[in-house]
Amino acid sequence: MNSLWLLVVVVSVAIGFGLWRKWSDGRMRDDSTSLEIIASRLPAESTDGVEQEQLKVDPTDLGLTLGPRATLLQFSSAFCQPCRSARLLLTSLAEDLPGVTFAELDAEDHIDLVRSLQIRRTPTILLLDSSGNIRKRAVGLPRKSEVVAALANVV
Amino acid sequence: MGTARKISGSRAVSAAAGSSDGKVDPRGPRFSAAITSVVLAAALISIPGDSSASLLVPIVLLAFQAMVFGAAALFGLQAQLYGRVFRTLVVPRLGPPAEWEEEAPPRFSQLVGLVFVLVALVGLGFGLMWVAQIAVGFALTAALLNAVFNYCLGCEMYLLAARLRIRT
Repeated sequence: MNSLWLLVVVVSVAIGFGLWRKWSDGRMRDDSTSLEIIASRLPAESTDGVEQEQLKVDPTDLGLTLGPRATLLQFSSAFCQPCRSARLLLTSLAEDLPGVTFAELDAEDHIDLVRSLQIRRTPTILLLDSSGNIRKRAVGLPRKSEVVAALANVV
Repeated sequence: MGTARKISGSRAVSAAAGSSDGKVDPRGPRFSAAITSVVLAAALISIPGDSSASLLVPIVLLAFQAMVFGAAALFGLQAQLYGRVFRTLVVPRLGPPAEWEEEAPPRFSQLVGLVFVLVALVGLGFGLMWVAQIAVGFALTAALLNAVFNYCLGCEMYLLAARLRIRT
């Protein structure tokens, strides 16, 4: 291919990808679709949890204490630009809102969980209810207003 | 201006001492990514359609960029040429940054950039123009995303690599 055309293609793809990321990053999304896939892949757990719509994160396995109302669980990694900003935002939210706990895991140290939850980027933030069910998921630096709204729905 | 110099001075000391909690001015990596984008765009345009044409320009540009990436990956962002330009020419006019960020993510992205540029050089060496074009295309995409959107695409390779690498 002519290299000048290739440059046009590369610049367009980069700008398009960047705009898409800017639009989609940090939104708190329902996590049901990917969780259905996961549930179907885990035969042992799917038999006793068929009616269960949400996948659960077991806090004891991870050494976590769930918040009495909700937990914001952030997956971070060593080379992650927005992880620090996400941590600062969620920590301050958890301090302001009673019953909400913030917890952070190194994705590399929990690679099995990362695989089973289909986490591909850091930061990924899971919003857990008081029993550890995953209610929402955000990828990238979460948007404060959406986190607050999602917490209001869970509590 | 005086304080900015002092801060960069103390950071230079901590970087020289091999401190792992290095912090960088977040505007520095974006500035570097903008220059990197220009160099890589020029390299991409200069890759000829067939290998019988002269490869001097793309090889010089890519070798230069490889040295810039390599210095940053090996010795830290303090050693990165474009970052030095930013600190000596741009920071005195802008003043100190509002916040600092971790050095590790942008430094890792320099390593990822180095790998892509080296692949491109090997492609040119074997006369495989398409290999060089694809590799430079990916490196340029990452540099543009960093410069324009402050996205560290190289950083995302880390978790994906860890998922593949770590066996359980």
